[in-house]
Parts: sequence; structure tokens; C-alpha cells
Amino acid sequence: MITVKNLYKSFNGRSVLSDISVTFEAGKTNLIIGRSGSGKTVLLKSIVGLLEIDSGEIWFEDVLFNKLDFNDKKTIRSEIGMLFQGSALFDSLTVEQNVRFPLDMFTDQTNEEKLERVNFCLQRVNIINSNNLFPAELSGGMKKRVAIARAISLNPKYLFCDEPNSGLDPLTAILIDDLIKELTEEYSMTTIINTHDMNSVMQIGEKIIFISEGVKNWEGNKNEILSSDCESLNDFVFANALAKKLRSTDK
Amino acid sequence: MLKFLNQLGQYFLLLKKVLSRPEKPGIYFKQTMRELVYLGLTSIGIIAIVSFFMGAVITLQTAYNTESPIYPKYLIGLGCRDSMILEFSSTIAALILAGKVGSNIASEIGTMRVTEQIDALEIMGVNSASYIILPKLIATLIFNPILTLISIIVGIVGGGLAGTLSGVMTTENFIYGIQYLFVPYYITYSLIKTVVFAFIITSVSSFQGYYVVGGSLEVGRASTKAVVFSSVLILLFNVILTQLLLS
Repeated sequence: MITVKNLYKSFNGRSVLSDISVTFEAGKTNLIIGRSGSGKTVLLKSIVGLLEIDSGEIWFEDVLFNKLDFNDKKTIRSEIGMLFQGSALFDSLTVEQNVRFPLDMFTDQTNEEKLERVNFCLQRVNIINSNNLFPAELSGGMKKRVAIARAISLNPKYLFCDEPNSGLDPLTAILIDDLIKELTEEYSMTTIINTHDMNSVMQIGEKIIFISEGVKNWEGNKNEILSSDCESLNDFVFANALAKKLRSTDK
Repeated sequence: MLKFLNQLGQYFLLLKKVLSRPEKPGIYFKQTMRELVYLGLTSIGIIAIVSFFMGAVITLQTAYNTESPIYPKYLIGLGCRDSMILEFSSTIAALILAGKVGSNIASEIGTMRVTEQIDALEIMGVNSASYIILPKLIATLIFNPILTLISIIVGIVGGGLAGTLSGVMTTENFIYGIQYLFVPYYITYSLIKTVVFAFIITSVSSFQGYYVVGGSLEVGRASTKAVVFSSVLILLFNVILTQLLLS
């Protein structure tokens, strides 16, 4: 479980996040949604410690994460897996070496054990016979899946995904969503996904927070989102033509 | 001025991170070996070609500008040897490497920054600065002196060939010249300069790449800045080191 209390973040005096308080539950897919530029990525990066916050508290279980120094954060970070928007695979390493990297850095396993774990993770995300390919040789969907394999290689307790569906076709996006949800349940991880894709919201949104202009405007789940009376949320949810049409038909 | 001091502070903070204790020395060793090939071995060709022709040109220019019975012919060899050792193989070769290796380092690290690969390392709890930059630093500090020695040898060979093939002097004169009044300390001086220049090229270029903000345009700019700043610092430290080591 991750708890954020009264988080504030600004850049050069311009406030980006204001008084964000939320609890992300373990074993659930927690979604942060909002328009582009609303502060979703800043919130995600603040939680994982890539950005220093101005004030507030970030708790990983009972550890106050944002007050730890770099070395103390390492223990928590070894329990974090992160899927970046552009996958962030290491260009100079093959698929196998990418997934193996965290094992090389943080475990004392033998080569055989590492290889077994790498192959298990790659099979889990349906990447087969691609161990020796480089990231440049992979499609967008494959890159995301390899990045997920790398993220879960150390059996993380926390999984962070920044726009996992960006740049993917709808079918591949659904596959990635389903994969993240399955892994979250399988390993009872605390998963936080940053997205503005309404398909993802309706597919896997067990807990959703909506951010608008750096402020948390709404909190709920996928069943509650369509009946919300939050105006800014409705503008976001029913932004596309199909959703508008469905809503008018429903009325 | 404030911006300059801010950048200077950031540079030294980065160096502190780079020089902190490696998490897994074995992995750093492998990375260093990779960088030795990538930054060192692949530079031999350009350094050898440029040194060969520079040695040849120095010999021919010295010969054509000292066509006088007062000057013994073997001084052409001496001129070629000292020019290569004292200035070309350390300073000019470093400027060439600032262009080749420096831009390479800045663009590689800058691309890692804008594609969030550095963030990925940080999330895992890896000291990204040390993991990425330290192997490059060690590789260039080890290999650049070797490049300097190669440059000296190839340059003198180039000078000897140009001198004898063009008929401006005999092989015996050239060989006598390159042995005449040889000061072994000049080699030490040249290698000390090379090590300092290697540190400048790698650290400055890494700094420019590591703090890139933006996209491919900014990576290109960082690469250009890396070459310009490294070159200026090399020229500045060339003067300082010459005064310190030869005075």
C-alpha cells in the first residue's frame, strides 16, 4: 500500500500539484487519470522519488519514503518496477540482457538461475525466441512487454506504469492492460497506472483518481465514473464523439 | 556569472556521484571493457591517419623552411619528433578526440536521458551517474595515453617516409635526428597532458549529456557544447600544464 499525504510540487514557482492526498491499495490496479499536462506524470515521478516534492508525505507501507536519502531509498527501490511511457529499454543491451539487468545488479544468483528467471519473465509477457534481439528491432507493443518483463524480474511489490498504452493500437493496448491486471493480482502488487485512455479506465480501473490542473478532483472506481457529478471529470470522460453519443442515447 | 557558478557546482556534484563506490564492481569492469573497445580501439584509425599525415607535413615544412647550409639535415627529424611529442600527439590529438569521443559520449548519455533510460536506472536504485560515466572515464584515462604513444610513433614514421621519399633528406639523417638530444621527460609531459585532457573530454561531455532537458534537438546542442567546451578547456589547460611542467 502506498499513501500520499498533502503533496505539493511546483517548478520555478509554478504550482503543478496541490494538496494531493490518496491511498493506493495493494493487489489492485490504481489509476491516475487526467488531461495531458494535468500533473499525472509529475505525481507518478514524485511518488517514486524521481522528483523532489515541495512538501507532503509519501509512505510505502510504514516507511516515510520521501525523507530517506539515496542509499536508504535503495531498499524500497529494489521492490519497485516501473514501466515508462517510451519503455526506456537500454539500447545497447539485448532483450535478455535488459531483463537480466536488475538481477545482475541486485542479486547473487548464478547465471543459470538468472537465465531461468529471465526466460520465465519473458514467457509470462508472451515474448518468445527474441532473447537476442535489440530494442531497435522490436515493435512498440513488444518493447512495452519486454519493459514489463524487466519491471517484474525482481518480483516487485510496487508496479508503476506511465501511459502504458501510448502509441499502441487498441488491441495491443488491451493486451497490455490485461497483462498488467493479471500480474497485479498474481503477485498482489500495488500497481499505479498513469493514463488518459478511457478504454483502460473501463477495463482495469479498480481504483481511480482524477486530477485536473494539479488538484485531485474525484476518486472512485470504474463503476462509479460514468455516474459521477464532477463536471471536470465528465468533460474528460465524455470528451470523444462516441462517448457523447452514448451518453445522449442513455439520457 | 551566477549561471556559470551554478553549472560549475552541478559539474562537481556530478563528479562526486560518478566517483562514489560502485555497486557491483564486476558489472562495472565489463562496462569498462566495452568502453575501451567503443571509445578507445575505434579511435586508433582516425588518430593513426591524422598523425601519419601531420608527421609528414611537419617534416616537409621543416625541410622547406630550413633550406640552408647552416642547418644540418638531421634537425628536420628532431623537429618532427619534438613537434609530435610535445604538441601534436597530446594536444591536437586530444582536440580530435574531443570531436569524436566527446560528441559520442554527450549524445549517447543525452539520448539515455531523454528516453528515460537514466530514470529507469535511478528507479532501480542504481547510481546512474557512476554506472554510465565511470566506465567511460576509466576507459579514456587508460586508453588515451596509448593513443598518444601510437600517434607519436605513427607521426614519426610518417615524417620519416615523407622526408626520404621526397628526397629532402636521407633515412640516416632522419634516424639520427629523432635520436639527437632526446629528452625522455617530454614523453612523461605528453602523457600527463593526455591524461588531464582525457578527464576533461569525458567529464565535460558526460556532464553536457547527463543534464539534457528536452528532445533530440537538445541532445544535438549538448553534443556541440561538449565539443566546444572540451576544446576550450583543453587549450586552457595546455597552457597551464606547459607552464607547470616545463618551466
